[in-house]
Amino acid sequence: MNVLVCVKRVPETSGEVLLTADAQEVDARYVGYTTSAHEECAVEIAIEVAGATGGTATVMTLGSADAVDQLRAALGVGCTAAVLVEADSSAFGPSDVAREIAAVVRDHEAAGTAYDLVLLGNDAADTGDHQVGIRVAHALGRPVVNGVTEVSADGDAVVAHGEGPEGRETYRVPTPAVATILEGGVEPRYPTITGRMKAKKVEVERRVPSADPVGPGRVRLLLPPAQPSSVVVLGEGKQAAGAVVDLLEKLGVAR
Amino acid sequence: MTLVLVELDASGLTEVSREAVTFAREHPVGAGEVHVVVLGEPSEEAVDQLTAYGVDAVHLVTGAASETYGGAAWAAGVSAVQKATAAEVVLAAGTERGNEVLAHLAAEREVPFAANVVALTSADPVVVHRQVMGGSVLEETRVEGIPVVLSLAGHAVAPVPAASPSDPSLTEHEVDVPEVARVARVVSVEQAGPDHSAGLKSARVVVGAGRGAGGPQGFGPVSDLARILGGELGVSRVVTSLGWRPHHEQIGQTGSRISPEVYIPCGISGAIQHWAGCASSKVILAINTDAEAPMMTKATYAVVGDMHEVVPAIVAELESRGHHA
Ligand SMILES: Cc1cc2nc3c(=O)[nH]c(=O)nc-3n(C[C@H](O)[C@H](O)[C@H](O)COP(=O)(O)OP(=O)(O)OC[C@H]3O[C@@H](n4cnc5c(N)ncnc54)[C@H](O)[C@@H]3O)c2cc1C
Repeated sequence: MNVLVCVKRVPETSGEVLLTADAQEVDARYVGYTTSAHEECAVEIAIEVAGATGGTATVMTLGSADAVDQLRAALGVGCTAAVLVEADSSAFGPSDVAREIAAVVRDHEAAGTAYDLVLLGNDAADTGDHQVGIRVAHALGRPVVNGVTEVSADGDAVVAHGEGPEGRETYRVPTPAVATILEGGVEPRYPTITGRMKAKKVEVERRVPSADPVGPGRVRLLLPPAQPSSVVVLGEGKQAAGAVVDLLEKLGVAR
Repeated sequence: MTLVLVELDASGLTEVSREAVTFAREHPVGAGEVHVVVLGEPSEEAVDQLTAYGVDAVHLVTGAASETYGGAAWAAGVSAVQKATAAEVVLAAGTERGNEVLAHLAAEREVPFAANVVALTSADPVVVHRQVMGGSVLEETRVEGIPVVLSLAGHAVAPVPAASPSDPSLTEHEVDVPEVARVARVVSVEQAGPDHSAGLKSARVVVGAGRGAGGPQGFGPVSDLARILGGELGVSRVVTSLGWRPHHEQIGQTGSRISPEVYIPCGISGAIQHWAGCASSKVILAINTDAEAPMMTKATYAVVGDMHEVVPAIVAELESRGHHA
């Protein structure tokens, strides 16, 4: 199976979040960037499915020229081709991004590479839009399984598992299909040295967007007001155990 | 009028669906009526709750759209009811299902969809605040479309029954589904096994452990504490990515969102992505060697110290006072 996996470069924000002066973006100058967590798992699944079926795994992103870092990371772990739709991703809303992904799929198909499976993260770590994968599926007229953690090929179909309200759910959909991935079902692999060397040599296909973006509707970003700390320190070390149990009893959770 | 897609569970209406109905009542658009759409057969409890929550009309979807769960199929049901009622806004709780169904609806109708909304600041045009960056940043967004499609972040409002119960009208809609929307549906469900995170999400007490646990052997005392308190163990992402514990125990932006009475994070720094999953805990009691860690300053209560000493001491104290698992 030929798999196209879509990734997104996002600010790495484990610490404090700062906004740019115009309040349009998170200021990530000092914290760096990473790949959305769900998509690291999508990359792993793409490589596994391609490997198991003798197919290929291609990674793509829509973003700045710097987003090549995220493509190289995926190439370093086993994707064999990469596509960069070079654009200011902040000007692109979820429908715009979906249209560009669909355009890559159609153009590659016309050029002889059809993708049986398109994988995306369920939601990006920064914008949390929860819809790009589904919009891609609608644009391509394909079925989509959403929010799954495991995907495997089964002949002309993919079998996917995810967690529903009542337990572990199974989906079986014929290909070509789209799936959006949640972190947790697979362990993303680390790049090997040879992987990284190979990744450097892969020529990234660079494209321009197929149309002008409609935009995300963003007016501005806001930081929630900082809450003054009102923590009550119960004590230090072992000596605090008595006070902790007093509290748990008072709260009614020590049975 | 707002049309709310509600989800059902054993207790009737899920808590987040009650939140969504409350939000719709508190943020009227157009004539201000609140209609709900239900896929599948609502229980008597669910019908009572809909009345208590003051909804004006209940729309039941039957036919192909309401058979086993499929995002596109359910969206076809919601879309049909929206067309029949001309609802200006379609709203759902921002669960995986809620977001999935609304994304299908928005894609099919070619309208925008704003996920994880916490406030509606203007009704015409619709302007909302929604959570981005795992909840640490809000985005003010204009949402234009007919209908306007919104999902509500968990615990953005408290679920509050209406001042007086309503006497909702009931309409059935038999909805067929186009072939492409029938394909991706659940084919089987394995009843919740030991690796199901539902317990964590609904636990009254959660004991958390992070990198401070020090390794896969470091979880004994925190598990004991969880057991004595009748709670569940939850962990940070560092713990799952190092393979110390399974992912279904992860709390956070890419793990479970919890809202217990008490959360006891031990050796967890409180990074934004972890906080995203535990912020709606009622009481947080943090245990950490670093008094300045974000989790310690944001917590309700804190103990400064090594979890490997503090947690066993708490367990011993509980047992000496007669609290046992
Ligand atoms: C896209 C993305 C998604 C993410 N999603 C999640 C998510 O869903 N959930 C999540 O948790 N994280 C998530 N993260 C990771 C997050 O940013 C943090 O890296 C992670 O939460 C840190 O885990 P930690 O607190 O256990 O470890 P650390 O940050 O290393 O903190 C360890 C803490 O333990 C304390 N400590 C050390 N030893 C002891 C001891 N003996 N006793 C007591 N205290 C001790 C230290 O003082 C420190 O505060 C995500 C990151 C990204 C980029």
